[in-house]
Amino acid sequence: MSHGSTSPRTIGVEGLSRVEGEGSLRVVIHDGHVTDVALELFEPPRYFEAMLVGRHFTEAPDITARICGICPVAYQMSACAAMEDACEVTVDERVASLRRLLYCGEWIQSHALHVYFLHAPDFLGCADAVELAERDRATVERGLGIKRTGNLVMETIGGRAVHPVNVRVGGFYSAPDPAAVAALADPLRRARDDALATVEWVSGLDFPDVSGDYRFVALSDPGRYAIERGRPASSDGLNVSPGEFARLVVEEHVERSTALHARLGGHDQYLTGPLARYALNSGSLPPLAAEAAARAELGSVCTNPFRSIVVRAVELVFACDEALSLIEAYAPPDPPAAEVTPRAGTGTGATEAPRGLLFHHYEIDADGTILSARIVPPTSQNQLTIESDLRRVAEGGLDLDDDDLKWRCEQAVRNHDPCISCAAHFLDVTVVRE
Amino acid sequence: MSPAEEAGATVRTREPKATERHDRRPTLAVWKFASCDGCQLSLLDCEDELLALTGAVEIAQFTELSRATISGPYDVSLVEGSITTPADVARIREVRASSGRLITIGACATAGGIQGLRNFAASGEYAATVYAHPEYLASLDTSTPISAHVKVDYELHGCPIDRYQLLEVLIATLAGRRPVVPGYSVCQECKGRGTVCLLVAKGTACLGPVTRSGCGAVCPSIGRGCFGCFGPADTTNTASLAARLRRNGTAPLDVSRLFRTFNAGAPAFRDESIAQGGAVPVAIGGPVPRASYGDRP
Repeated sequence: MSHGSTSPRTIGVEGLSRVEGEGSLRVVIHDGHVTDVALELFEPPRYFEAMLVGRHFTEAPDITARICGICPVAYQMSACAAMEDACEVTVDERVASLRRLLYCGEWIQSHALHVYFLHAPDFLGCADAVELAERDRATVERGLGIKRTGNLVMETIGGRAVHPVNVRVGGFYSAPDPAAVAALADPLRRARDDALATVEWVSGLDFPDVSGDYRFVALSDPGRYAIERGRPASSDGLNVSPGEFARLVVEEHVERSTALHARLGGHDQYLTGPLARYALNSGSLPPLAAEAAARAELGSVCTNPFRSIVVRAVELVFACDEALSLIEAYAPPDPPAAEVTPRAGTGTGATEAPRGLLFHHYEIDADGTILSARIVPPTSQNQLTIESDLRRVAEGGLDLDDDDLKWRCEQAVRNHDPCISCAAHFLDVTVVRE
Repeated sequence: MSPAEEAGATVRTREPKATERHDRRPTLAVWKFASCDGCQLSLLDCEDELLALTGAVEIAQFTELSRATISGPYDVSLVEGSITTPADVARIREVRASSGRLITIGACATAGGIQGLRNFAASGEYAATVYAHPEYLASLDTSTPISAHVKVDYELHGCPIDRYQLLEVLIATLAGRRPVVPGYSVCQECKGRGTVCLLVAKGTACLGPVTRSGCGAVCPSIGRGCFGCFGPADTTNTASLAARLRRNGTAPLDVSRLFRTFNAGAPAFRDESIAQGGAVPVAIGGPVPRASYGDRP
């Protein structure tokens, strides 16, 4: 295929598929060089930060859960952590463990969805998992089985899979019955076996040879693979409190983009999510997940974004394994929630959503009324890096014809499991009129 | 150019691949407007039934699931989300025009969703609170249900919807019968599962008596009052419940807030929230300016 040297070649995807929410991407190639890339989010804004103002601090977990139906627990957990920070309450270890178990359920459900339904079909030349199932039904059924188990954990601990109801500031409305929790062990053992098979399956896929020079950011929780708590840390030595991190993250307008981009310290783009967690915390993975990663030859850091599917599969093994450990040690928290008395002040909460670090920052008054809210989801933090990936992948794929290059560029976005529904609710939308 | 395209809406199509089976399966399209994706996820959460479903219907349009799309018309459309932009006002008309049966799923599509709280704020107030340049936004001051714009053949309620109710609605629609989805209140579900009434026994604020069933009364079963995810039941007496909540010591503002969440735009809940004072001081003053977090101009 030949392209004139004077007219730019534009690769456009209107309506990105197999991502959560609505977005598009555009790559402009001129004289054999990529001159412009843009990931545009056209999800309508929903103004969560405005609608939280005037609400009671106890309402934040349920309201912010509605930001994303794929990762509601992440929103609930970050909201709870922020309110507990504001009210100077520390929850006991039993509550913390139960939160971690619920969060494992969400990781399992969300990662199984991404690996099997959103990401893997790309590598196998399928439009979707339905087409994949026509070719290899057993594999898709394995993915559905893992996903079902994640949902089962969320239903047992949280009351339901989408927008769980059992989470409250301070802990839970009710501690799940030990017998119901113990009954999760069998399905989780099967899911763990299936997750190990998943690692083997995805590590055999054919990956483009692409490597990014990433600045990774993930929570760090010494001795543990951080999920529901920890200090934001980076691959170049940053290690700060969530509150300090919220001050360091600056969101900027970028002229050509419709979205607001997060930078750390006002300068650097960075990446959160599975690649970042793995790079920073792989030393804390328990043996089973660490061995699976070793068999998949991931090394201690993975910088090929296409191989994030392998990292997600390793995290699936980890989340199943971790859930099993938590179930074995389960003792119902009594009381199920700490008493949280509002006090005037501010608080920040940061946790690891399946697709990356999510933080909330609130100011509340002495009655517990929310005065201000700021919510920064992983996708807005990752957006600049996703665009850098897009540029790199497009430059490496100039020989591909337009359809194949388009598909490759879509993959470059899906590598990071962007949740546009999450991001667009907070991003400043700018329309440049020329 | 169609009005929808002029307004920025995109209805994506492709020619069917040569290898595609041209069978007589009905076509199903899934559309998203302003929402969290949770209700369409409920379709993918039907893990045990999903592959049977995709055998029974041809999924012609479902952006979250597939990069392939088939041009309409579609036998059945599922619509998630509310209408909040001028482009979406145009797009929902195109969806309606290309759909045989149009079914709305979830609180956003049936009542305007949590983002419908903007309907109670002054014009432009929410945009000004969140955005530095609200004049750039192509966003409406209101979030409205799909039925405010086009004819809807069936509404399935819930935030989120129940996946088994969704399957029932799909099966019934394909079979040409009426879906069996009860319109009674959460109270009946509590009685059914033997949950002691929280409102009576403990004085817990609970919207169960006026809220549509479908969740399985999951909140009262864990000691939490119902907070109205499924919206108003077919018949409600919200005034009586509100009076009871106030006698139990719930402050009027809190009663109003209870009615004003995911189904704030549903008439029965909307009217009661206003009757209870409704003067929730939404977004007055706004959040701390973002510039205070860094050196952004």
